Amino acid sequence: MRRAPWFLLVPLVLLGIWDAAVRWQWVVPGIIPAPAQVAESWYRWIFGTPTRSLSPYSGTWVANVLYSSRRVLQGFALAAVLGIPLGILIGWNRWVARVVDPSIQLLRPVPITAWLPFSIAVFGIYDTSALFLIGLGAFYPIVVNTTHGVRDTHLLLLRAARMLGARRLTILVKVVFPSALPSIFTGLRLGIGVAWTAVIVAEMIAVKSGLGYVLWDAYYVGRMDICVATMFSVGLLGFVSDRLILVASHLALRWRALEAHG
Amino acid sequence: MAEAHAGPAIELEGVGKEFTARGGRVVALEAIDLTIAPKEFAAILGPSGCGKSTLLNMVAGFDVPTRGHVRASGATVDGPDPRRAVVFQEAALFPWYTVLDNTKFGPKTCGVPATIYEPRVTAVLEQVGLTGFERHYPAELSGGMKQRVAIARVLVMEPEMLLMDEPFGSLDAQTRSVMQELLLSVWERSHQTVLFITHDIEEALLLADSVSVMTARPGRIKKRLTVELPRPRSLEVTMSPRFNELKREVLALIREESLRVAREG
Repeated sequence: MRRAPWFLLVPLVLLGIWDAAVRWQWVVPGIIPAPAQVAESWYRWIFGTPTRSLSPYSGTWVANVLYSSRRVLQGFALAAVLGIPLGILIGWNRWVARVVDPSIQLLRPVPITAWLPFSIAVFGIYDTSALFLIGLGAFYPIVVNTTHGVRDTHLLLLRAARMLGARRLTILVKVVFPSALPSIFTGLRLGIGVAWTAVIVAEMIAVKSGLGYVLWDAYYVGRMDICVATMFSVGLLGFVSDRLILVASHLALRWRALEAHG
Repeated sequence: MAEAHAGPAIELEGVGKEFTARGGRVVALEAIDLTIAPKEFAAILGPSGCGKSTLLNMVAGFDVPTRGHVRASGATVDGPDPRRAVVFQEAALFPWYTVLDNTKFGPKTCGVPATIYEPRVTAVLEQVGLTGFERHYPAELSGGMKQRVAIARVLVMEPEMLLMDEPFGSLDAQTRSVMQELLLSVWERSHQTVLFITHDIEEALLLADSVSVMTARPGRIKKRLTVELPRPRSLEVTMSPRFNELKREVLALIREESLRVAREG
C-alpha cells in the first residue's frame, strides 16, 4: 500500500473528469479535445514526418522544444551569472545594498509581461528580446534569495573564521558562500520556474519559434489539441529542469543531507 | 616575538561595556580589572546575563569596550587574532567541511605550509580522540565530538591563549566530565594561558588556577580566589576536602550576591 504509486491518483482522476466532460458534452462540443485526441496529436507532433504530412505541426516538436530550452537555458544562465554575484555583494556590503537594493525592490513588482512591449521596442522580434525577458524574470528570485542567504550567515561562523585568521575575501569564499548556497539553490529553482513562464510569454509575441509560438499559433488556427499538448510539454520541461537543479543541489549540499538524518 | 613579552598575558583595566537596547542604555560590564598571568588557567564564574561572555568577546577582539583597556600580551586588542583562539559554547564548526578540513582551516588560512600542518593536524586529532572520524561531517557527530573538533581546530594553531566561552555548557553531565578531563590533559601538555567562562562552580574549581566570581548585571568581579589544588588534576580532585572548602566559599559568595540582587530587586 505504502509503495503504491499514489502520485498517479490525482492525475488519473483529473484525466477521467476531462474525458467524461468531453464525452458527455459538459463543455461546448468541438472546442475542447478529448485526452485521447491530445495524445494522438502530441504523438504525431513528436514522431510525425515533417514534410509528407498535411499537418504543419507534424514532427516539429523536438525542434521547438530545443528552441525554447535553449532560450530558457541562456536566459537562466545570464540571470544566474549576474544575480548570484550581485546578490552576494548586496548581502555582504552595506554600501552596495544601500545603492542597489532599493532599485531592485522597486523594479521587481513590474511583471515580466509588462516589460514585453518595451522589450520588443528595444530589441525587436529577435532572440535578444526573449533572452531579456527570461533573464530579467529569473534574475529577481536569484538575487533576492542569494542576498538573503548571505545575510543569514551565522555570526558565530564569521567569528570563528576571523579568530582562525581569515580575512574578508577568505571569509566570503569559504564561509559566506557555502553558507548561502542552500538559499542560492532555492533562488535558482524559483528562477527556472519564472524562466519557463517568461519563455512562453516571449515566444508568443516576441519571436517566431519555440513552444510559446506554437501555442499561440495553434490557438489562432483552432488547434486546441496542440495547445493542450504544448501545455503538457512545458509542464514536463519545467518539471525536469527543476529536478535537475534539485539533483545538483543535493550533490553540492551533501553535508546538509546528513544533517537531516543526524 | 610576542612570546618575549614578560608582563601579564591578559590585562583588563577599568573595562566597561554599555549597550543600547530598546532606546535605553544597559550597563553590561562595570569597571572590570583583571590580570591573567602567562600559562595561568583563569576561570570566570558568574550567573547567566552577568556579561561574562561580553568580557570574553572583548578579549577575543569581537567586541570593543566602551571604557577602559583590554590588552593581550601587552598590546591593545584591536580585533580577532589566531594567537587568541576561541572555543564557543556552540561548536561553530563549518558544516560543509569534514572534521579534517575544519581542523586544517586555521593553518591553511594562515598560510602554514601543508608539510608543517599535516602532521600537526594528525597529532591533534589523535590527542582529542578523533582519529577515525576525519572524513565525517559535523552533522554526523554528537555534541561532545563537535566540541572536540572545535578544540582540535584551535590547538592546531598552537595559540598563546585559549578563550573558552562555556565550551561544555550544552553537553550532558557525563560528556561534560569526559571533556573536562580531556581539556586538563591537553592543558597539562602545552600550558597555554586559558580564559575559561562558566557558570558551573565545580567545573571552575576542577580546571582553573584562579576563579573570579562575577556579580549579576551590571557585571563586576566580586572576588578572585586562588585554587591551590595539586596538579595534574583529575575528577578525583572533586572529592577532596580542600575542593569542598573552596566550593563552600564560592557558594557563600554567590549566595551573598543573589541576596543582594533580591534586596535591590
